[in-house]
Amino acid sequence: MKRLVWWVAGLVYLLLHLPVLVLVVFSFNASKYSVRWTGFTLDWYRRLAEREDLWRGLRASLIVGASSTLLATVFGTLLALALARRRFAGRRALEGLLYLPIVTPEIVAGISLLVLFVAIGAPLGLGTITIAHVAFNIAFVAVVVRARLAGMDQSLEEAAMTLGADELTAFRTVTVPLLWPGILAGALLAFTMSFDDYVITSLVSGPGSSTLPIVVYSMVRRNVEPTVNAISTLILVVTSLVIWGANRLLRERPLATARG
Amino acid sequence: MRRLSTWLLLGPGVFWLGAFFAVPMLLVLAASVMPRGVYGGVEPGFTLEHYRRFLDPLYLHVLGRTVVWAGSATAACLLLGYPVAWVIARSRRHRQLLLLLIVLPFWTSFLVRTFAMIFLLRDTGLINSLLLGAGLIRAPLTLLYTPFAVLLGLVYGFLPFMVLPIYASLEKLDPALLEAAEGLGARPVARFFTVILPLSLPGVIAGSLLVFVPALGSFVTSDLLGGAKQVMIGNLVQNQFTTARNWPFGSAASFAVMALVLVAVGLSIRWRDRGADGEPAA
Repeated sequence: MKRLVWWVAGLVYLLLHLPVLVLVVFSFNASKYSVRWTGFTLDWYRRLAEREDLWRGLRASLIVGASSTLLATVFGTLLALALARRRFAGRRALEGLLYLPIVTPEIVAGISLLVLFVAIGAPLGLGTITIAHVAFNIAFVAVVVRARLAGMDQSLEEAAMTLGADELTAFRTVTVPLLWPGILAGALLAFTMSFDDYVITSLVSGPGSSTLPIVVYSMVRRNVEPTVNAISTLILVVTSLVIWGANRLLRERPLATARG
Repeated sequence: MRRLSTWLLLGPGVFWLGAFFAVPMLLVLAASVMPRGVYGGVEPGFTLEHYRRFLDPLYLHVLGRTVVWAGSATAACLLLGYPVAWVIARSRRHRQLLLLLIVLPFWTSFLVRTFAMIFLLRDTGLINSLLLGAGLIRAPLTLLYTPFAVLLGLVYGFLPFMVLPIYASLEKLDPALLEAAEGLGARPVARFFTVILPLSLPGVIAGSLLVFVPALGSFVTSDLLGGAKQVMIGNLVQNQFTTARNWPFGSAASFAVMALVLVAVGLSIRWRDRGADGEPAA
């Protein structure tokens, strides 16, 4: 029995990680059509550099990712603060409703936004993509920050105000620094989801506003060239670096706040 | 004293979610009961024909397939994920590493991971090449664009959602309870079904919901791994809004997905609460 449990667990870890590892390894394989190893090459990466559409897609993704993350993080954090620290009519209802965007399938959220944009005659493009990304990310940021606020000692803010700080000053000098890891975690989640989103983006994007996932999706559907392995590997490397960097920031922050 | 107004905190987020989540949903609800326009849009009026169309065996089949696949994926994730959660909860030295390896896929692009599956499964993919090379098969097996591929993709995509909540509830389990059960003569299987499983039920319910709900609404997995033949309801919705250009029917279909999701969420909340009632006060 015990052995079976260990076997299943081992199998799951293989299933979770082997496919991606294989993908990365074969991005360096010289053979174009077969998966037989015929030698090491960086050709596929060189070929990526020549693809204009990928660079344009990357640029679009970064623009949308940065602006939607900024807006969703600010709005979501403020929302979480209101939910955690204020009493107002409908607070409990709002807290429940906040989970609705999280459980809504992307395809449903995507087509509903498409209907809205068409109804009001908004031109589809980077603007509508950004609006959509902010809409699905606010709830995620709010839930992450809300969880952090729940574990935070409110008496520190009260102490600051007893010592003469008004609410805005207390907010700036006490709440935000303490809350920073939560805000950063929320922003990181928002950026990753924006950067990776295909379903909603494809529905509300217009001609000439293809983000990276849209370009990659059409590559995956169309051809089986190892360039897809190469772009996948690059995406993996970049997201790993972002996560690693954010982790370091999160770890160093408590020291910084203690000094400040 | 300057005080941040509650409305200032709430305003931007509530406005955005209202304008770009609630209003669009209401528009879709409205579109789903309106007659279809000539160019795919809607015309004024009221009709239930788009919901009636779901009774057509063709669409009932899509709906049924979606529920069955999402359910099978959830069951498979549970069978595979529970042992993993147990191993992590029991491990002392490597717990952080084992957890990290479960969380890592969350941060990996879903599209990249789906492509990794294609790379393994297609006719010229790694699995077929290995089998052909070993002489075990003569012609490549059709693995891609099958129900098996979709199911594998769903399990691969959502398994971490199952492991983490179960781990969270197993981690809190008091080892003394297991020792007590053992001391009273319970065999391992009995210990599992009478002590471990009931106490980890909240994790099992949460994990199942976290797998079942995204699986119900999945689009990318069935599109890339299932191809044109293995349509799930998410693909039906997308198709009505792109190529078929029948917005009202697409709207009705998307409300069908939404209804399924809300039923799943409602049931899981009920089961969780009932579980909490049944437990002795701790």
